[in-house]
This record gives sequence, C-alpha cells and structure tokens, in this order.
Amino acid sequence: MPDGTFLDATELVLNMGPQHPSTHGVLRVILKLDGEKVIGTECVIGYLHRGIEKIAENRTYAQFAPYVDRMDYVAAVSNGLGYCLAVEKLLGVEVPPRAQAVRVILTELNRIASHLIWLGTHALDVGAITPLFYCMREREEILNIFEKYCGARLTTHAFRIGGLQYETYDTFEEDVRAFCDMFLPRVDEYEELLTGNRIWIGRLRNVGILNAEDCKAYGVTGPLLRAAGVKWDLRKAQPYSGYEQYDFEIPTGTNGDSYDRYLVRIQEMRQSVRIIRQALDGLPGGPIMGKVPKVIKPPVGEVYVSIEAPKGELGYYIVSDGSTQPYRVRVRPPSFVNLQALDKMCRGALVADVVVVIGTIDIVLGEVDR
Amino acid sequence: MAEQPSEGKPPAAPKPQPPAKPPAAMATTPWEDELVRDLREKFADQITEFSVYLGQKFLIARPEAVPAIIEYLKLEAGFDYLVDVTAVDYPERPERFELVYILYSFARNERIRIKTRIAEGVRPASVVRIHPTANWLEREVYDMFGIEFDGHPDLRRILLPEDWSGHPLRKDTSILDMDNRWVREHLGIESGQ
Repeated sequence: MPDGTFLDATELVLNMGPQHPSTHGVLRVILKLDGEKVIGTECVIGYLHRGIEKIAENRTYAQFAPYVDRMDYVAAVSNGLGYCLAVEKLLGVEVPPRAQAVRVILTELNRIASHLIWLGTHALDVGAITPLFYCMREREEILNIFEKYCGARLTTHAFRIGGLQYETYDTFEEDVRAFCDMFLPRVDEYEELLTGNRIWIGRLRNVGILNAEDCKAYGVTGPLLRAAGVKWDLRKAQPYSGYEQYDFEIPTGTNGDSYDRYLVRIQEMRQSVRIIRQALDGLPGGPIMGKVPKVIKPPVGEVYVSIEAPKGELGYYIVSDGSTQPYRVRVRPPSFVNLQALDKMCRGALVADVVVVIGTIDIVLGEVDR
Repeated sequence: MAEQPSEGKPPAAPKPQPPAKPPAAMATTPWEDELVRDLREKFADQITEFSVYLGQKFLIARPEAVPAIIEYLKLEAGFDYLVDVTAVDYPERPERFELVYILYSFARNERIRIKTRIAEGVRPASVVRIHPTANWLEREVYDMFGIEFDGHPDLRRILLPEDWSGHPLRKDTSILDMDNRWVREHLGIESGQ
C-alpha cells in the first residue's frame, strides 16, 4: 500500500454549526470522528457574546434589570427573579407576600414554557415533528398570560427590584387556573406520544449518560443532576421567594441518561402546575412593592444569590461599591457550565447522538455567551 | 506580592480618601464555627480573614494556598461542587485582582466563598485538576481579565475571538472603546458603537 492515501486516515474532523438547526442557536461543535464514532468534541462559543457583565457596570441597578432577560430568553422571568433577589438581598429589602406569590406563579409558568420549548425542539431533533406543534400550542397560552400581565411575551421584565411593577390583571387568576386545568391532560398527551414510543426510547436510552459523580465534578445542575439520581433542587435546598410554603416533589431519575432527563422534565412540569395551584389558592392580598429607596444605592458589600432556573443553578454575584451602579455583576449561567459536560457525554457515541446530547442538555446560547 | 498588609478590615483611622471608590468597608461580622477551627489549624496564617456578610460566609487566603484549601474542603469537608470562579478588578490596589471561588457542599447544604488577591502578572494555580468544571470558568476569567492560570490544560479565550486584543472586564477598558481595530478589520465598520 502506498503511503498517504486518504484511506489511511482513521480520524476525521467534522465541523458542526454554528449555522445548524439542531445546535439550538449559534453553537459550533468540532467533532473528531473515527468512522461514525465520536472520539472527541470541542465547543466553540461566544458568537452571541454581548458583554452583559460589562454593560452592568455601566448601568444603574434598575437600568440593568431588563438586560438579564436577554440571557436565557426562553426563561426571562427566572433571570429577572434571580437578579431582583440578589439586589434585594444587597439592599435588605423585604418583598411583600403577595409579590412573592405572584413571582412564584409567573416563574413556574415560565419554567413550563421553557421545558415545552425544550421538549418540542428535542423531539424535533430526534425526528418526531408532532410534539413541537403541541408544545408551541400550550406555550402560546403561557405567553398570552405574560402579555396580558406585563405587555411582553418573551423578554418580559416582569419583576422590579423590591416587588412588582404591576398588579395582576382582572382575570389573571381565572386565566392561570384555566391554563393549569387544560395543561395537565396535555402533558399526558405528550407522554402518550413519547414515553412508550420505541423510536424515542431507542434514541434516548443510554445516550449521553452522566452519573452523579461526573455531574458534581463538572458543576452540572438542574434536570441533568436530578436525572442522575441526586435529589437536589434549590427551591427545596435553599428556598427563596416563599417556596418553602409549597408542597411539591423533586422528580429524580436513576440512569442519568437522556431518557431519564426527559422523564424528569415532564414530571417537573406537573410539579410546577402543583405549585402554581397552591400559590393561587393562598394568594395573599396587600401591597406588591417593598420599601425601596428612590435611588437604589446598596451599601458596600457583595452577595451571591442563586435560584433554580429551568436549566439549573442560575447565580448572581454582585459587588457594590456604594454607588448607584454595580461595581461588578457576575452571572453564573447554568447553560454555560452544563455545556462543558458535552464532551464527556459524547465520547464514544455516534454522530447522530451528538444531536440528542445537545438537545438533552437544554442550552440557550444567549445564556452561554451572555 | 505580600509586601503590603492586606487592608485591615476595620479601618483604624478613617483617612480622607479622594473619591469613595472601593473603600473596602464591607460591614462584615467574624465567621466562627467548626470548619473555621479546622481550617485555622490546617492553614494557619495562609488564611487572613474569615467573615460573614449578609449571612454569607467567605474567607480570604493567600493565592498560593488556594488550591490546597479547595482540595482540603473537597476531600475533608464535603465541598464537592465548585459553583463558580470569577474575578473583580480594583485597578488602584497594589494587588488589583480579587479572585472569587464559590463552593457548595451537597452534604451540608452550605455555600462559601474563597477570595484571594493577586497583582497584575501573577499566575495563580489552576484548580482544574481538583474540579474539572474550573476549565471553562478559568478560561472565561482569562478572557475577561487577562489572568493566566498556571497549570491550566487549555488556556485560550472562550467567549471573545482569538485575535481580540484587551480584556473587557478590566476597569480600565472602556465600554465605548473596546477593540476597534478588530471591529474595523472583521466587520468593516468604524467602531462597535
């Protein structure tokens, strides 16, 4: 055999993205392949970098709040909640109970919306087109509630530092209740389509396994960690915004594979409905805004506050120098940290599985790149 | 590096400072518990401060001791999850960067921060071998602040383009005037503003 024919080549480098429909945005993955088997991957990110943390240093505390919605734009309400909680802690502001409960309702609705986007696109990646339409249909109802509440559907800026800007609209409670009643049977519908589906199981079972040890080593949180059997959810572990009052379960998996993550997220949507119903039942009256000074000027200090966003632990580390602008805002994004485990999950898998693994991490590139 | 004592926490005499930029007057309270006793015994003067602010615990350590402390906390105290690595820039201090490591323990359900101060050009040791998650986090700190981690397996920019010049999150980098050369060459416009 003569040297150097291409048949000698055992390794092939394949570029996937940034313009690729199943990378969920502008993620570029460089794959090293042996035939169809993945022997290594490398993520190239930053295409959506907007310098959110630098912007924060050049805005006042209140001015920066709308920017955080642009990170994880399918769960903007969660982003806003985390930021408001962090600044409130720095200021020492108490949020009134009514505002806390409305925040919980909207945040849980947003969690459902985020999981629906994930489910629809993940199923689409795997080849099931129908769930996408169903998921979008239900998500539309949630976005309509957001729109009626604050005028925006996606980047809502629903909360303000200290509470809420707007009181709920007249039919808010009925709308949310109607959504809950409609939604649970719809989840059963998704499950009917997918849970026992042979192709779905075949594509997801034992794909992208990440056990509990690896999750902790890579800092992976959220549904991925729970699917690996770790019963850990910040809403229970370190409750915020009144989550300690609500009775709900933390769904977990056993294998830590893509199928378990699917089951965990489906269960989480049901639990979210449970939380929303409890919050509606006990919705207190009273003011919606705490005592916030006209000019927000937290004392010199620093704080790290994190919440359970739909994708994992979303944290804000804010340093104040006593002026009206934050000295430093660091966002600890769940998508960015979770994406780092992609290589671990893909090694040894097939090219087609890479698409499944990207889908199962549930990344939003706006949050990865910030 | 440590020729200057790190600014004493309760500033003895409030001397007039020109603008009240970062006066480091965080109203902290001391942090005392079992863990602090263990750490004091093990690391003695390597850790200069144990404090609590708004119920959040943090310690300040000398940079060379940080990997050992993080490893000790992981193996002996159950802090097995490195939440975040980040930095804050104080250009007027002799040790301008403050590196912040946030750790969490699943067993204790407790979060602590480890802070250390380093001067420009100092290469702190990477903690990737202890917590693999530090890989991208340290790369981001390098990208944004220009802090180079010693022993990092793959220290490259992560969010900005490879041929970008400057480190945006340094305080002396203006938000209006980043890398205009890069913008001109690659985007064909005068500036990004």
